Amino acid sequence: MEKKYIDEIEKEMKLANEGLPEHERKFFSDARPSRIEPLNKHLENFVNWARSKSLWILAFGTGCGSTELRPLMTARFDISRYGISGRPTPRQASVFVIGGYASMKTIKRIVRSYEQMQGPKYVIALGSCTINGGMYYDSYNTINRIDYYIPVDIYIAGCMPRPEALIAGFEELKAKIRKGECDGMNKYADNFDWYKENQKKIIKDWNMPDYNW
Amino acid sequence: MENLIKKLEQMVDVKSFVKKREDLYFLTAREEQIIVLLAYLKEKEGFNHLAFLQAVDYIEDNKFMLTYMLYNLDKKMNLGINVFIDREKASMTSIHSLWHHAWQYQRELHELFGIDFPGSPRVKESFVLEGWDEMPPMRRDFDTLEYVERTFYPRPGRSTNDPKDYMKEKKYKNFVDSPKLRR
Amino acid sequence: MIKNSESKYKDFVADRSKYPQEENGKPVIDLSSHKYTKIWQGPQHPGVTGNMSVELIVTGDEIVDAKTRVGYLHRGFEKLMERRRYIQCFPIVCRICVPEPDTNEYCVSAAMEDLAGIEIPEKAKWLRTLNLEMSRLANFLMWIGGQAGSLGMGAISQWTMAMRDYWLDLFEELTGGRVYHMYMIPGGVRKDLPDGFEEKARELIIRTRDLLYDIERVFFNNSIVKSRLIGLGIITPEMVAEYGIVGPNARACGVENDIRINNPYVKYAELNVKMITATEGDAYARAKVRYREMHQTLDLITEIFDKMPAGGEIQAKLPNVLHWKIPAGQTYVKAESTRGEHGFYMVSDGTKYPRRVFARGASYTHSISVLEKLAVNISISDLAALMVSVHSCPPEIER
Repeated sequence: MEKKYIDEIEKEMKLANEGLPEHERKFFSDARPSRIEPLNKHLENFVNWARSKSLWILAFGTGCGSTELRPLMTARFDISRYGISGRPTPRQASVFVIGGYASMKTIKRIVRSYEQMQGPKYVIALGSCTINGGMYYDSYNTINRIDYYIPVDIYIAGCMPRPEALIAGFEELKAKIRKGECDGMNKYADNFDWYKENQKKIIKDWNMPDYNW
Repeated sequence: MENLIKKLEQMVDVKSFVKKREDLYFLTAREEQIIVLLAYLKEKEGFNHLAFLQAVDYIEDNKFMLTYMLYNLDKKMNLGINVFIDREKASMTSIHSLWHHAWQYQRELHELFGIDFPGSPRVKESFVLEGWDEMPPMRRDFDTLEYVERTFYPRPGRSTNDPKDYMKEKKYKNFVDSPKLRR
Repeated sequence: MIKNSESKYKDFVADRSKYPQEENGKPVIDLSSHKYTKIWQGPQHPGVTGNMSVELIVTGDEIVDAKTRVGYLHRGFEKLMERRRYIQCFPIVCRICVPEPDTNEYCVSAAMEDLAGIEIPEKAKWLRTLNLEMSRLANFLMWIGGQAGSLGMGAISQWTMAMRDYWLDLFEELTGGRVYHMYMIPGGVRKDLPDGFEEKARELIIRTRDLLYDIERVFFNNSIVKSRLIGLGIITPEMVAEYGIVGPNARACGVENDIRINNPYVKYAELNVKMITATEGDAYARAKVRYREMHQTLDLITEIFDKMPAGGEIQAKLPNVLHWKIPAGQTYVKAESTRGEHGFYMVSDGTKYPRRVFARGASYTHSISVLEKLAVNISISDLAALMVSVHSCPPEIER
């Protein structure tokens, strides 16, 4: 992986793929994320009610907090009675549960997966490592605050949070969605430059793993 | 085990033989003779399991200490071999011809400590770091807290409880003045 | 591979030995010739392996070359432990291996006690043995759920994760935490057994044994599982020394490598531990070895409850742990986790901070060197089963 593209990235870049060499531009989208305006009042209430009743989570366990996601899907804490199930791809999911710490390699994949999800999308941050770094606050490879890189709706504290705490977090998220306050996607579109600048400060290697098709 | 040491002392230059536990011994060997020593132990004496190869940074003596840990399944003995190499131009002979998995440890040491193993396959690949352009992070002069405050955004309001200050606060308020407490 | 002797497609060339062209035993891979495709099986873990990705080069459905990429869970533990005092190292070390945290706690406490020359009381040794065996069982239950899930049988994963939950309840009664216990502090253990613990544990052992017999009927006597796992990923006894293979992977080829019997540590010398081996060395034999070890773990827990003394001290006298200075030296402590030999190498230099702590994860070589060798010439759909069968655990590879 050559490092020459780092010299070509400038500070006041607007698009995600600006400044990259030609053969890498097609890997990144040219368009910025756009806002989605809410519909009129009653329809939006109905649509939010429907969204809150069937949240599908992206089954990507990013850190050690996702060890408690598996007991959730068994019969004891049965999460499918809430309408939640685990999906393999970002295009089919609407909630991203970030389990615990995020290392440098993982935060790049988290940003990619978040940008590929279709709106409206919500983020739940699990564990104390996402709030202020937790016990890895002085580690050179883990980030301290995840809401500087992607927008977060609900934090669940603990190390690790029990499955009951996760279910309580989901209930809070549903109440927040029904009130219409879950706006992470629009916040990302409005402050896109700020988020991108933070991300580019730590992720120095934007290259995708190389495929040949 | 003592017979083994007598045999080894006639072949190579080993020093400071230490018995740590019933089944754990440590030796110090020289850098040029390491291949001879390891090949002899592996082929003739039955120490054919390489547990790990790691490095310890002695920055005040300007040296790295490498440790090779071997295990003998018949005699059920662990043997640790320490080698001292120079810290400025850190490079060591590669043992990839003896074990098929030795290149993994050498790759990790190259990335995290900056020790070079000329001739070893796949030693320049990245192991755990991606896009890293500072000094090798496991060296003792890399200050990780200062790096974190420079790169990431620590959330304000975090307080550390240093044990000494905490004890001074809670228990020994007149710690400095009280003459009877032993420090 | 396809056996095509009696089929009606006589012109169909099913002889895979023709390509890829080989030179010195390694395939010559020309990516621009459109015969080979390079894809990436990314960090989303199939089964319960953990975040690890494999970079594959395939022709059609068959893997020609594989490279493992780790590093998604690297937190730099060793650098963190250089900045913390000895007692502050202890709470963070159980996060090195997420599914089975107790082996790490035991190893770091035993290393500190070894360097400082502290002897722990008898009851504490029995309680440590009990804790280690229970955590081995919890991890084995998760493993067999993952092995079945990677072949498509999700039902077994549901049964075993639910049963593991009951064991985690027992852990919570004993130590206060479901997943991370922080129970085996240097000097002994934190707490004695609460009342009623033994009855609950014995009842749960009976229920777990019934579940294991169910699993044997559904998983091991299943013709689909047999046709998929038999012959997958064969490890020969010569590979065991060359590739540094430990644990049930080595025992399934006949090498007798069990630390609890060879170099016994806490109280294993007084228990009736048998060496469980097999001879074939493929994935089915490894699953059988682990299944029989699960039964042996249940027997050992019953035996510990029978032999443990009723009362006694549980903690040795330590100096003021906040200002603990350990004399200079180096040591290496090993324990048998579900994956094999899990060791901690600790170097101290007489100050309050450790000089170097290194955790040798048991699956350090299993996931990288061994997987890259075994993954050649299998189909993509068997790769997930192979990754779980060698039981890789990425958090302990990259710490």
